[in-house]
Order: sequence, then C-alpha cells, then structure tokens
Amino acid sequence: MTTQVSKTPRRAGASGLRRGEGVAGWLFTAPVIIILGLFLFIPVLMALWVSFSDWNGRGSPLSSSVDFVGLENYAAVTTGGGLAERNFGISLRNIAWYVVLVVPLQTALALFLAVLVSRAVLRGRGFFRTAFYFPSVTSSVAITVLWLFLFSTTGVVNEVLSWVGITGPNWFNDPRGIFHIGLSAVGVDSAPEALSSGFLGISWWDWFAGPSVALFAFMLMAIFTTSGTFMLLFIAALQNVGVELGEAGMMDGASGWQRFWHITLPQLRPTLFTVLTLGLIGGWQVFEQIYTGTQGGPAKTTLTPAYLSYQAAFQNQDWGQGSAIAFILFLIIIFFALVQRWVLRERPVSKRRAAQYQVKGQKP
Amino acid sequence: MTVTAVGDTAVVTEAGAPRVGRTGRATRIWSQVLLYAVLIVLALIYIYPFLVQVATSFKTDAEAAADPISLIPTVFTWAAYELLFSRSDFPLWFMNSAIVTICVTLGRVFFVSLAGYALARLKFRGRAVIFALVIAVMAVPGVVLLIPKFLVLNQIGIYDSYAGMILPLLVDAAGVFIMKNFFESIPVSIEEQARIDGAGTFRVFWSIVLPMARPALITIIILSFQGSWNELSHFIVSTQSPELTTLTKGVASLASGQLSQGSQYPLKLAAAAIMTIPVAVMFFIFQKRIMNTTEGGLKG
Repeated sequence: MTTQVSKTPRRAGASGLRRGEGVAGWLFTAPVIIILGLFLFIPVLMALWVSFSDWNGRGSPLSSSVDFVGLENYAAVTTGGGLAERNFGISLRNIAWYVVLVVPLQTALALFLAVLVSRAVLRGRGFFRTAFYFPSVTSSVAITVLWLFLFSTTGVVNEVLSWVGITGPNWFNDPRGIFHIGLSAVGVDSAPEALSSGFLGISWWDWFAGPSVALFAFMLMAIFTTSGTFMLLFIAALQNVGVELGEAGMMDGASGWQRFWHITLPQLRPTLFTVLTLGLIGGWQVFEQIYTGTQGGPAKTTLTPAYLSYQAAFQNQDWGQGSAIAFILFLIIIFFALVQRWVLRERPVSKRRAAQYQVKGQKP
Repeated sequence: MTVTAVGDTAVVTEAGAPRVGRTGRATRIWSQVLLYAVLIVLALIYIYPFLVQVATSFKTDAEAAADPISLIPTVFTWAAYELLFSRSDFPLWFMNSAIVTICVTLGRVFFVSLAGYALARLKFRGRAVIFALVIAVMAVPGVVLLIPKFLVLNQIGIYDSYAGMILPLLVDAAGVFIMKNFFESIPVSIEEQARIDGAGTFRVFWSIVLPMARPALITIIILSFQGSWNELSHFIVSTQSPELTTLTKGVASLASGQLSQGSQYPLKLAAAAIMTIPVAVMFFIFQKRIMNTTEGGLKG
C-alpha cells in the first residue's frame, strides 16, 4: 500500500484551456466522495459513537434517549470478568493462532508455487498456474460448503487418511486444541500449576491449546484459497528479478538454494512485504467462513473477533459491545501492520550486498 | 542446456567436489522428474476438490456419504438440481445476485474511471486531499464496517432494499487507485490535441480517454464482478427479507442447515457449484489478462 501522490507532468502554455478544470475535477470525483463519505466515513463515526453508548438497537442511535456511557463497553469485553470478556479472550486466542500459522504458511506455499511455475523450461506452465489460482476466484461461501463436505466424518479427507491407516477426526465438530492433542499423546492431560492463571478470562493452559481441529480445517482452507492469489504476485516479482544476477551467482559457485536465498529472495522483499501485510490484514478479519460454516462452534473454538462482533450486535442486540470489539480489532490490525512494516523495513545495505545490487544498477 | 551444464561442471570443480559432467546430467534429469511429480501432485490437490464437488452433486445422499471420493456416481441423478430449481428459492437468489452484480459492475466502471481520470489528469484544489482519503479508505478493514454500514443504511432508510445492497458497493477505492495509475501511464498528447480543438473535459474523457483505457477497464470489470458476485458480509448487514436474499447468503443458510434435513451434501454442493460457474466463466474468458493484470497492478 504505497502512498505516493504522484504529480501530473507539467504542461506549458495550456492554462487558457484549463479554466473549467476545478469544477470538472470536483464533479468527476463527486460520486466517489459522496459514496465513500456516506457509506464509510459517516458509518465509522456513528459506530464510534455507538461503541461509547448504551444503544440497544431500537430507534436511532442518534436519538436523545441514547446515553453516553464512556468506556463501559470496552471495559466489559477487556476487564469485565464476565462472559463478554471470556468470549473476547477466546476469540483473540483463536484468531492469534490462526494468523500465526496461516500467514507464514500461505506466504511460503505461494512463493514455493511461484518458483516452481516460473522455471525457464516448463511444460504445461499455463495449466499449473490456472490450477493453483482457480480456488482464489470462488466465493468463501462456495468453498466453505465444499470444505464442510471434504472434512466431514465420512468425507474425502478422512477417506484418504484411512488409506494410510489413520482414523481422521470429526473435523468440524472437534474442539480439542491441536497442541493439547499432541501433549496428551505424551501423557500430559491437564495444566501444570504455573499455567492455571490466565489472561482475559482464559487460563494460560487454554491459551496454549493451539487452534482446535475445527479451526485447523479452516486454516487449511485459507491456505488453499489464498496461495494462488499470492502466487501471482510472486510470479510477477520473479519476472522482474534480474536474470544476469542469478547467472553471476552461478559463475561464483552458488548452489540453487544459495542463489535463491541470497540473490532472489532479497529482491523479492517488496512483494514479500505486500503479501505478508495482505495476509495479516485478511487473517485477522475471518468472518464469512465462520458465518457459513460453524457459527463459532464447536465449544467456541472457531469464534473470531469479527464474528463475535457481529454476533454481539446483530443477534444479542448488544450494539455497544459489538462496536467496541470492532474498533479494538481495527486497532489490533493497524498495530500489527505497523509492527510488520517496521520489522521488514529497508535496512542500510552492507557493502558486500550493495556490490551485488550494483550489477543491476549499471544496466539502465 | 549444454552451456549451463558446462557452467555447472566448472562450478563443481571450483568448489572441489568430486563430480563429473555425467552425474550432473543424471541429477538434472532426476530433478526434472521430481519437479513434475511435485507439480502434478500439487495440481491434483488443488483441482480434485472441485471435481469431487461436481461429481457429488450428481450422487444420491447415501452414496455421497458412503463413497465421497469417486468421480463417477454409480447412480447418476439430477435430484439435487431439480430440488434447487423447482422447490427452493434458489432461482430468486440467483436473480438477486445477478441484478446486484450487473448494477455494481456498471456503476463501478463508470464512477471509478471518472474519479481516476480526474485524480490523474485534472488540476484542481483539493486533489491531493481526495487522493489521500481514497488511500486511507483502502486501509480500513472491511469487517470493521459491518455494524457501521447497518447503522447508516438504517438511519437513511434504505435498509433491506436494492438501493441499500447496491449503493455502498458502487465505489471501490482500489479501483480508483488502479485507474489513476493507468491514466498516468498513457501519453497526454492525444487529449491535448482534442482540447485544443475545443472538446469539453467530459467529452475528452468519454470519447478519447476511455476507449484507450480498455485494458484497465477490463481489470475493473473482473474485480467488481468477482467482488460483488462473491460478496456476503455486506448483504448480511443490509438485508433481512427473503425476497432480497442473494446466492451467497442463501447458500450460506443452506450450509448451516436452515433449509434442509440431514447432511444433504449433493444439494449443497450443487448449489455451490452453480454459484461458482459465473466467476469461473469470467475467469476462463479473461484468464490471460487476470494472470497479467496482477503484474501491472503490482508495478503501480
């Protein structure tokens, strides 16, 4: 998301023809301004107000009977000690595991696919690209329906697992955390004393449960549907990577892996940044899959903040809390996007690496 | 090929590894075999679910549960499709999705290119501010807008109407961004000529600039068609009556079992398959362009 405001090239001697331009400019942009203003800026302001109010869904939130309650709604979901706090904690636990595992995996898979289909000599390149990209064009509803079938008890995935002697779980009805399953396999079934305290109404033991089996199925779905889109971004970036640099590396005796790691990957940094940022922003917002598939179940292990926000407002008529959750989510997303930007920032380049880039710099 | 092989051998000698050219060639062949094997397995994983989806939609409920993996139904039946089209609201959902998608796509193409042109070419006070706002909008996560959108639609009285479904989707900040970038990339001289000949700003835009912008317009058409056809969350918060249910909302309710008894996978998968057809057709028509668009989009 670059924010460069580029200037129109200066044109000399045209000022006489440009008198109506101010009016035209505003007329041309008016539809965009009106719609974005009406359905984006004003709504956000209204929701901000609702998150500080006790509006219960009846009448207008702007009417005089609605009272300002300060930070009450925010407090209820973060420190209230009740169900609201616990639900919010659970949703954060779920989505944190989701983001931590999905974002790196989908990025790595997308890059892997892109490298595979970008080989200089490859038969059926178009076919493979199409195959990997196709899941990305389908709607989240259609893909969720398909996933519910594939991962049902008698579904395709369990059938395939049974070929190698594994009895697959009842995926979308299994609330066990995958790390807890792993621990119970080595005989640890309950929390050590140190983990019985907690945060946001959930014990540390439950925080470290990992994603539930049900959520894990959703994570696989996310990786399946997004890797194609991100693959396209990487393919485009790979085409811009200078071939001569790779050849120079080859002459210097670098192996394929070394060439990729030290020559190609550094040049992909901007795209890597884009993909990670898009993945992160998308990851925190999981909603439609949950709405279509599990509605937060089993045992709230697929509850996401976005779905919780929807549920609080539209089903429980607790609009203040729903809005508060949405704004906290907003802040979290912005926070992590900025952190990521900082972590992946351009660092001063070492002399050795600067020399590598010089090769490309000389070309134009 | 041979040149690289020679290069490779040279590399190997330099590194001091005791390898000869012939081994290098064998390794190369094996790595080719491995490459294609990996690609084919991956492609199978990506495609097979969709083949199973279509196959299962023609199976009976019992067979779908007993033998989920086969691609050929033992008993071929249209039952799921008959049920969808003759005894459910599916045709209505389809029509609603079509109406919304067509309106949104036409509207977006027009408004987004108008604004993109103004931001790229016209000089007026406030242009930088407008562009900054468009960028800011792109950064707002959509899910945060669920409650806000409902509040405003409700407040201005277009909740649960086509207007409420269509108007908020008519403009897309990313589209404005794409069009602006495109207009900046085409030479200004032709427009200048038309201006000197006395054509008004809108005329220049409509009959000279827009025809030149075909590639970018197709990008916008693809994005908005796909976006509005697949849209769900906006329709959840903007409608409630059954007459305004779109495909996404309707099939989602099918999935959560609100309309059906038991698992009924053939029915659900048939519905999901049909709703995928329009975007799939769109995809295959513009396949070349989609694969290249992203490159252009990324450079911008």
